[in-house]
Amino acid sequence: MVSAATLERPASALPAGSALDLRHVSHAYQLKGEPLPVLDDVSLTAAPGEFVALLGPSGCGKSTLLRLVAGLEPPARGELFVDGAPVTGPDPSRVVVFQDPTLYPWRTVWRNAALGLEARGLLKSQRGRVDAALTLVGLDGFASAYPHQLSGGMAQRAALARALVNEPRLLILDEPLGKLDSLTRIAMQGELVRLWQRQNFTTLLVTHDVEEALLLATRVVVFSPRPARIRAEVPVDLPYPRHRDDPRLVELRREVLALLGVGDATG
Amino acid sequence: MSTSLPLTDEAPLALRWPAVWWSGLLAAAAWALAAYVTHHFPDQSEIVEWTQTGNFAVAQALVAAAFLLLAFTARLIPPLFRRVQGLGPWFVALGLFLAAWQAVTAKFSLLPMPFFVPPQQLIEVYQDDWVRLGESVLASLWLLARGYALGAGIGFLVGLGLGWSPRFGYWAHPVMRLVGPLPATAWLPLAFFLFPSSASASTFLIALATGFPVAVLTWSGVASVNPDFYDVARTLGAKQRFLVLKVAVPAALPHVFVGLFMGLGASFAVLVVAEMLGVRAGLGWYLSWAQGWAAYGNMYAALLVMALMCSGLITLLFKLRDRLLSWQKGVVKW
Repeated sequence: MVSAATLERPASALPAGSALDLRHVSHAYQLKGEPLPVLDDVSLTAAPGEFVALLGPSGCGKSTLLRLVAGLEPPARGELFVDGAPVTGPDPSRVVVFQDPTLYPWRTVWRNAALGLEARGLLKSQRGRVDAALTLVGLDGFASAYPHQLSGGMAQRAALARALVNEPRLLILDEPLGKLDSLTRIAMQGELVRLWQRQNFTTLLVTHDVEEALLLATRVVVFSPRPARIRAEVPVDLPYPRHRDDPRLVELRREVLALLGVGDATG
Repeated sequence: MSTSLPLTDEAPLALRWPAVWWSGLLAAAAWALAAYVTHHFPDQSEIVEWTQTGNFAVAQALVAAAFLLLAFTARLIPPLFRRVQGLGPWFVALGLFLAAWQAVTAKFSLLPMPFFVPPQQLIEVYQDDWVRLGESVLASLWLLARGYALGAGIGFLVGLGLGWSPRFGYWAHPVMRLVGPLPATAWLPLAFFLFPSSASASTFLIALATGFPVAVLTWSGVASVNPDFYDVARTLGAKQRFLVLKVAVPAALPHVFVGLFMGLGASFAVLVVAEMLGVRAGLGWYLSWAQGWAAYGNMYAALLVMALMCSGLITLLFKLRDRLLSWQKGVVKW
């Protein structure tokens, strides 16, 4: 039996997070034979252990960027490097948590969380890591439940556990809280920050919620509407835990909303 | 000091007898009626004589007595009552049906006689001919098992190939579209001619009838898997083999079972036709043999056995599905 402690790393050890380097990445989808540009010359770096939020209007192409970083698709143009090595395909050190939990309905919570270890043939020797990850997200009592028995927040926690079992060096979050009710959402935002602080992985978070980006990230990258290009990068120099009514945060929020072109609407 | 408890337990038996199970009482009456009709009226047996009429009357009377007993005791035994309670109207209907069947056949000859037989003749058949019937059931089951297993296995693999590999689909899809909708029985004359034995020909036909729906449904199941399921597995380090066996197959399984049910139904049809026309064994053969001898009682008896066999196999498949797909919400009960 392995305790939750095995998933933690002392902050002083080797950098647990990956360094990310995107150079002039562009991408387009074919739509009825016509190319639909979604990313336009995006260059972006993230230092190990950084929490970067990608903020932009819905459907602007942020999620596509995550798919490229995850290695699910190759970019049409440009290069992506993780820890200096080019991204050629998916790798369990870079795990995605999608907007939908996408748990396998035929597997229990435990077996969903065990997916990565099972796929890599490590499950027999490292079963304890599954238990540890479920404990970490507070689902240790629901190991034998099926996904349809879970609430939205619990399902997303299970998806998070499924990612964390693999001890990712880069956690890619694609609006993971987008479909949760506001109370669950607030609670999960706090948990995400705590997990990130404990595990020290590099985090890329796609969101269209300005406040969420400012509450969680060390840096907010603001994108334009499609095709997405980087409009501005806003460092968030605030200690954790952050509060949504912090004057500095309110100030940053106004700034970012102005960058997104909706500054006047919300004052 | 002892406090006195309410003394309901000591009330006189007659006063606290639980309510009678009325459906049970009605069932007893219906079955008694059936026994009465069977016993009281003489058989109109110009052509055939039925040897089991007396025994059958006694049997029905015994069932009536059992229902009478149950009507007054079933409520005392809650687990028993829960089992029989919902079936009450069916027990009544069954008794009435037997009485009517008896009346219109053996007693008053309201239905043309050699074609419609009274229930006691079925009993006679089961008593006299159970060996041949049993052998027929075993022969049918064995033929069905071979053909169905072969068809389901190949159909599943073809469906998986169609859903997974575009290159396989390129060749298999047009063939499926042309050949699949053709009823398997259309191959029958050719199959009996091409195959070395009628058994292997029938196995092939049953496999064909089973394989097509299983292949199509497996294919549609694999095609309708949420593509995000593959993305999730791929980012977690899954390779092709894992994506097929651990993602595509379990995700497609509900569809596969629909195909298996359709295939089973189709295989019954082909089984009977093949046995009637080529194979010299099995229930289908028994039916045509009975027809040849104008043994209508044997036909009804074989039909009843066949219905029980097919229904039993469907039930078995449902049980298997319920086990494998217990993770699904709202599974239909058979």
